[in-house]
Amino acid sequence: MMVADFPLWPDQASSFAKDVDNLYIFLIILCGAVSVGVFLTIFYFAIKFRRRPDNEIAQEYEPPKLLEVMWIAIPSVIFMGLFVWGSWLYFHLARVPDDALDIYATGKQWMWKFQHPSGQREINALHVPVNRPIKITMASEDVIHSLFFPYFRTKADVLPNRYRTMWFQATKTGRYHIFCAEYCGTMHSGMIGWVDVMEPADYQKWLAGGTEGSMASQGEQLFQKYACNTCHTNDATGRGPVLAGLYGKDVTLSSDTVVKADDNYIRESILNPQAKTAKGFQPIMPTFQGQVSEDDLMKLLAYVKSLASLQPAAQATTTKGTPQ
Amino acid sequence: MTTATLHDVRLSGATTSRNYINDEYGALSWLLTKDHKRIAILYLLSISVLFVLGGFFAMMMRIELLTPAGDLLTSDTYNKFFTLHGVVMIFFFLIPAIPAVLGNFLLPIQLGAKDLAFPKINLLSWYLYMAAAIIGLVVIVTGGVDTGWTFYTPFSTQYSNTHVFGTTFAAFIAGFSSILTGLNFIVTIHRMRAPGLTWYRLPLFVWALYATSVVMLLATPVLAITLTMLMIERTIGVGFFDPSLGGDPLLYQHMFWFYSHPAVYIMILPAMGVASDVVAAFTRKKIFGYRFVAFSSLAIAFLGFLVWAHHMFVAGISVYSALIFAFLSFFVAVPSAIKVFNWTATLYRASVSWQTPMLYILGFIGLFTIGGVTGLFLASLGLDIHVTDTYFVVAHFHYVMVGGTVMAYLAGIHYWWPKITGRMYPEWWARLAALLVFVGFNLTFFPQFILGYLGMPRRYHAYAPEFQVLNVLSTAGASVLAVGYVLPIIYLVWSIWFGRPAGPNPWGAVGLEWTTSSPPPKENFHETPVVTWDAYDYPAMMKAMGETQNV
Amino acid sequence: MSDIAAGNEHHHHHPFLQHHFEDLGQQHEASTLGMWMFLSTEILFFGGILCAYWIYRVMYPEAWALAAHQQNALYGGINTIVLIISSLTMALAVRAAQLGSRTWQLIMLFTTLIFGSIFLVVKGIEYSMHWHEGLFPGSHFTWHEHPALAQKVQLFMCFYWGMTGLHALHMVIGAGLLLWIIGRAWRNDFGPEYYAPVEIMGLYWHFVDIVWIFLFPFLYLIHGVHHG
Repeated sequence: MMVADFPLWPDQASSFAKDVDNLYIFLIILCGAVSVGVFLTIFYFAIKFRRRPDNEIAQEYEPPKLLEVMWIAIPSVIFMGLFVWGSWLYFHLARVPDDALDIYATGKQWMWKFQHPSGQREINALHVPVNRPIKITMASEDVIHSLFFPYFRTKADVLPNRYRTMWFQATKTGRYHIFCAEYCGTMHSGMIGWVDVMEPADYQKWLAGGTEGSMASQGEQLFQKYACNTCHTNDATGRGPVLAGLYGKDVTLSSDTVVKADDNYIRESILNPQAKTAKGFQPIMPTFQGQVSEDDLMKLLAYVKSLASLQPAAQATTTKGTPQ
Repeated sequence: MTTATLHDVRLSGATTSRNYINDEYGALSWLLTKDHKRIAILYLLSISVLFVLGGFFAMMMRIELLTPAGDLLTSDTYNKFFTLHGVVMIFFFLIPAIPAVLGNFLLPIQLGAKDLAFPKINLLSWYLYMAAAIIGLVVIVTGGVDTGWTFYTPFSTQYSNTHVFGTTFAAFIAGFSSILTGLNFIVTIHRMRAPGLTWYRLPLFVWALYATSVVMLLATPVLAITLTMLMIERTIGVGFFDPSLGGDPLLYQHMFWFYSHPAVYIMILPAMGVASDVVAAFTRKKIFGYRFVAFSSLAIAFLGFLVWAHHMFVAGISVYSALIFAFLSFFVAVPSAIKVFNWTATLYRASVSWQTPMLYILGFIGLFTIGGVTGLFLASLGLDIHVTDTYFVVAHFHYVMVGGTVMAYLAGIHYWWPKITGRMYPEWWARLAALLVFVGFNLTFFPQFILGYLGMPRRYHAYAPEFQVLNVLSTAGASVLAVGYVLPIIYLVWSIWFGRPAGPNPWGAVGLEWTTSSPPPKENFHETPVVTWDAYDYPAMMKAMGETQNV
Repeated sequence: MSDIAAGNEHHHHHPFLQHHFEDLGQQHEASTLGMWMFLSTEILFFGGILCAYWIYRVMYPEAWALAAHQQNALYGGINTIVLIISSLTMALAVRAAQLGSRTWQLIMLFTTLIFGSIFLVVKGIEYSMHWHEGLFPGSHFTWHEHPALAQKVQLFMCFYWGMTGLHALHMVIGAGLLLWIIGRAWRNDFGPEYYAPVEIMGLYWHFVDIVWIFLFPFLYLIHGVHHG
């Protein structure tokens, strides 16, 4: 909103920006009214009942106790309403739509790196198509950062050693700020960039400019480079579990607990494989901690995700690899 | 200069010739004193110095922020300044100020006691505070610290190259000082009240100090263990929050905020206590809903322990945790609202004096209201995602801490100044300073709400050019505010030698402190008082005086 | 309770009555309440690290079980019994002070001190053993079994050394305070009218004992599920 070139809030550039602003404006009106009301009442009473020679001591007067009850009950009800509204909005911001476009982000002192599934890499810049939900999966290489898009009204802290997700759907083309919002050291205020929201056709053109191949195909190359395929074969004769069709499914561990093969599970399996061993397999997978960079981890993740819809080559039940 | 037209109330045969100030002379008689009043003065002096230091860091930051580029200070220096501003102001000013200065001086007197329960521990508290301050000063002159006052890991444990250990150690020692003060207050209130002084006859300042002390006692040790774990991790090189060991940086945040949220109630509860006493004195009326106000202090103390993770809504906690903490955070606003409405209601059909302490408190009520309602914005989850970690939060907490606590502290200093020093301050200079503080404060911090919503993040050395106008307004306000703070330092010191001598009760107020001389004798009362009246019982005082309302 | 009578009380003024109190009873109640308040802060202090320990235990049960196996439950058990006995002798010392018996006070207080010192010596032996086994976190940490769990075992060790170290520090402070109380008992300061310092010493000592009662099972006895 611009009032004579003096904006009081950023443009609404995402699908939920308007909802956030509506709650904000409601609160401004409500709280502004209360604050102004308190100020005016105080002033009015302080003037009307100011000390004069004929009222050196206050009159003995107690307002009705009902007032007390009312100004406990009414704020409580209003607060519950605000809680519900705020929570509804929060659910909306927290639940990522299923058809979102995946983007991978890494925060490190002091830059943002974005990777598109088709392989494009960007630093401190992010190109996205308009009117399409975008899901960002992100991790930090060092300290805690926070990825903040003020024009979209969303942010989330970016943690070391753990994936987090956030999403938005841009509704207006243009260039908007990217800020880091969690203090992270010397150049914290320099860890900024621009998100470019483009028409879908322009976005496709921009994507075509990349030459490295998609993230998933880069991940497949890494899969071979690190010799993952020697144990994780396409059939059930390998020493490691088959990865086709794995992502997103439930996995039974050797301890008989069941976990979901999500982003963090895949990541942990590469960096700390002994933490969770799939039932029926030996805990012999070596760790790749320190050998695989954060960017490469994301490519491997993209590759495993690309296998999610495939069927495993053989429906083996209990054939296990023999330990070496 | 208007003083009370009532005669000064003298319920005990107090003389003014021998008092706690002239009772003994010499530096050692002050540095080794066990008298709670002298200890309060020691705190007053050291806290004032540290306030100026914290203010210096703030001024440098605000000057830097006049321009979007980081052109006055290097990034590292700026980062150290905002860290030190936070550390000094929170640990060395806001947490001790009202309890250790005004509480120490007044609590025994308001209870009719001769001293606190443990006078030597009280002195130890001051020495611990000074030790912590000295360690902090050494840290500052040898390079400072740049982690933010929150010391988030892993930046503070593995990445920062500054004096993290020294600073956390100083905060640890200061915490010990705080714990001992709280312990002293609780025991004194329970065990040393004068005959007849039942709980419901206590001034609301005492109730507030009691609630504060409970929080000091129970919350501060958690900070102590958190910082201990951080110090271990920093020195040994491996530790509890290290992700490469499987440690969790979010565990640090939970433990840190488990203390640091109740800490903000340590800062505001005593301020609310001052507000109650000042409103009663300058309206010459009982506070409306005395018991509600008293119990609301306890409610705030209790609920304050249940909301810590509202500082972590975007940090990676689960959606369900966030819901619970948001729900509870709305509730903690209710007892505060009760107080604001009750103070306002007290003004109705009262006898309102516009003297400086009341001006500060009227400002306090309004500014605390604004600060408090902006907390509602932050508790609304969906909205918090946008405004957290921006200047909106900075504005919110400065409204409650500066517009709230600092204003109430100044109110209390002015209100009890005649009792502490035996002198009146110059009223018109004081009113001018109060006005400058009020105007300067709002000009400094109101624009920051807008800046935050526009998206300017916190702790930014350089910022996007479109934020400049609001930043310039904010710095202009800070200059006015600075003048408003410097004036009292000057005229209060001046008044010690040249102010008009004050009698025992210059305000015509009801309270045990106003029944003894100004300044009080060393043992506070020549005879132990026996209390037969309610708190703020102005009608009873009038009857005792034998005067009617229409003079 | 207020003494209005002028100056009478100055004659039979107990030498240890502090002047800001009305009488010894008030002073005693203030002292004990003060110590209880202090102990509540210690509960929160130790509680914080115990909570953090438990959270990681739930997250890493295998590593925790493995690491707990490295502890010597015999030494830990000896120490537990030693501390419980010392709490008994401490309680008897308070009793002796209430009865005004200088001899028994000194016997009980010295015995408490001796048992406390035994605890510290045994702890020192344990620490030395663990150090030589390479179980001190940091650059000297060595762990060869189950290399995959090494990091988390090291995390456990951070807690072990941290928690028992803080506890041992409290024991050392307690021993110092005991020496002071012994000194006062030697001078026959305590009797039925005035024994608060011994009582609050006892409260502190019992508390340090209770912390150990939590640490021992947490660090030594909880093995959980362990896959060989």
